[in-house]
Amino acid sequence: MRLTCPFCGARDLREFSYTGAAVLCDRPAPDAGADVWDSYLHLRDNPAGVTRDLWYHGAGCCAWLVVERDTVSHAVLSVVLG
Amino acid sequence: MRYNALRLLKEGLTGNRGWVPVWRDPVPQAAYDIVIIGGGGHGLATAWYLAREHGITNVAVLERGYLGGGNIGRNTTIVRANYFLPGNAEFYSHSLKLWEGLEADLNYNVMHSQRGLINLFHSDGQRDAFVRRGNAMIAQGDDAVLLDRDGVRRHLPYLDFDNPRFPVYGGLLHPRGGTARHDAVAWGYARAADRRGVDLIQQCEVTGIDVQGGRVTGVQTTRGAIRAKKVAIVTAGRSGQVAALAGLRLPIESHVLQAFVTEGLKPVIDHVVSFGMGHFYISQSDKGGLVFGGDLDFYASYAQRGNLPMMEHVMEAAMTLMPVIGHANVLRSWGGIMDMTPDGSPIIDRTDIDGLYLDCGWCYGGFKAVPASGFALAHLLATDRPHETAARFRLDRFRTGAGLMDEEGTGAQHNLH
Repeated sequence: MRLTCPFCGARDLREFSYTGAAVLCDRPAPDAGADVWDSYLHLRDNPAGVTRDLWYHGAGCCAWLVVERDTVSHAVLSVVLG
Repeated sequence: MRYNALRLLKEGLTGNRGWVPVWRDPVPQAAYDIVIIGGGGHGLATAWYLAREHGITNVAVLERGYLGGGNIGRNTTIVRANYFLPGNAEFYSHSLKLWEGLEADLNYNVMHSQRGLINLFHSDGQRDAFVRRGNAMIAQGDDAVLLDRDGVRRHLPYLDFDNPRFPVYGGLLHPRGGTARHDAVAWGYARAADRRGVDLIQQCEVTGIDVQGGRVTGVQTTRGAIRAKKVAIVTAGRSGQVAALAGLRLPIESHVLQAFVTEGLKPVIDHVVSFGMGHFYISQSDKGGLVFGGDLDFYASYAQRGNLPMMEHVMEAAMTLMPVIGHANVLRSWGGIMDMTPDGSPIIDRTDIDGLYLDCGWCYGGFKAVPASGFALAHLLATDRPHETAARFRLDRFRTGAGLMDEEGTGAQHNLH
């Protein structure tokens, strides 16, 4: 499995760490309320299909990347800077 | 038909013509008191405990494929009661007691082998952690023995004791821990539930959950509509997909866990052994294959297969632990869909929709939980009160922050377990 980092090119999976669903990029306001924060931290769409992941290129350029990926086939559809 | 040695002898001597199908294949009725979505270990166990403990038999288990074709059909078969935190400690303790009576209860050989489980440790700090664990197990009423290096050597002479990075300091022995034959567990519960009148409906995928006025009224399936007073979602890694049919989002992210089996070998590993370097565990099946596994691949997946990086990592762990394993060939591997929660601990609870119940979040530890999960969910379905062994498995604990069960102590958030 490989991810194509926008800076480094196609790199082995081992260079990256998965840090969760890409919703993590959309941090709510501190006073947004318990429902919003619960949803952000805990609830997940968790699709069997196309999802958006947040990956960190730790053994490379250290970029944070949003990866569009199919969770059933593992096909990587796009990799962009987060 | 009861199974026993006499029948085995009689049938064997008369051409095996007397065996009957292990369970019926009924047509789904228009309505049931309780519908259980998911014909895996937990769903089938729930059905049997509903019938046996509560006398509730107007029940259907709906399975979209064949019974036991999910995670119960492929796992590393470990059965143990060595959890640490309140919530988990009493639950798995109860489960192990149910395991110990299971074959007599079900009149089915599930090959439950209490061969002993050893958690190895490789530093003073890790020893302290396992001493603490052992004391927690004893306080719970279960069994734990601290082994020093020589004690481990007497049981597991094949380990690399002087490995420079992970020398064996000792191990925590759980004598009542062991393995069981995973398929047999599903089949045993299925047969027993069917004999008590539960309808097991296969090739029946739930395509909709009907909710009216905040209350569940039934399900839509590929074999027709079925009305129900109560519906339980017991679908492990696919819990999010099924809950979405009722408009619910869950604190679940589905991940792939790989596991591996070698070719059949003469008996070499007599216990379940876990390596303290991280997440690696191994045992030997009665067919002779070494059954082992390690960590998740660590990305969301429904593919039921993993990738080479984690496969290589697991093989490295195996070679580090016991170099002799290098002589064996790996025969096959597989991946399952793990329903991961933010604290790594499960959920058995009602939902905000009346009559809709949830049993999920087993992460990668659901096999040993099958009896206690079925028992507790049956109790909840029958009485609308949680059983005392599972009262802490609340759905809302992430939102409130109260009663989290973070066994690994890494933090109660996704992707740390």
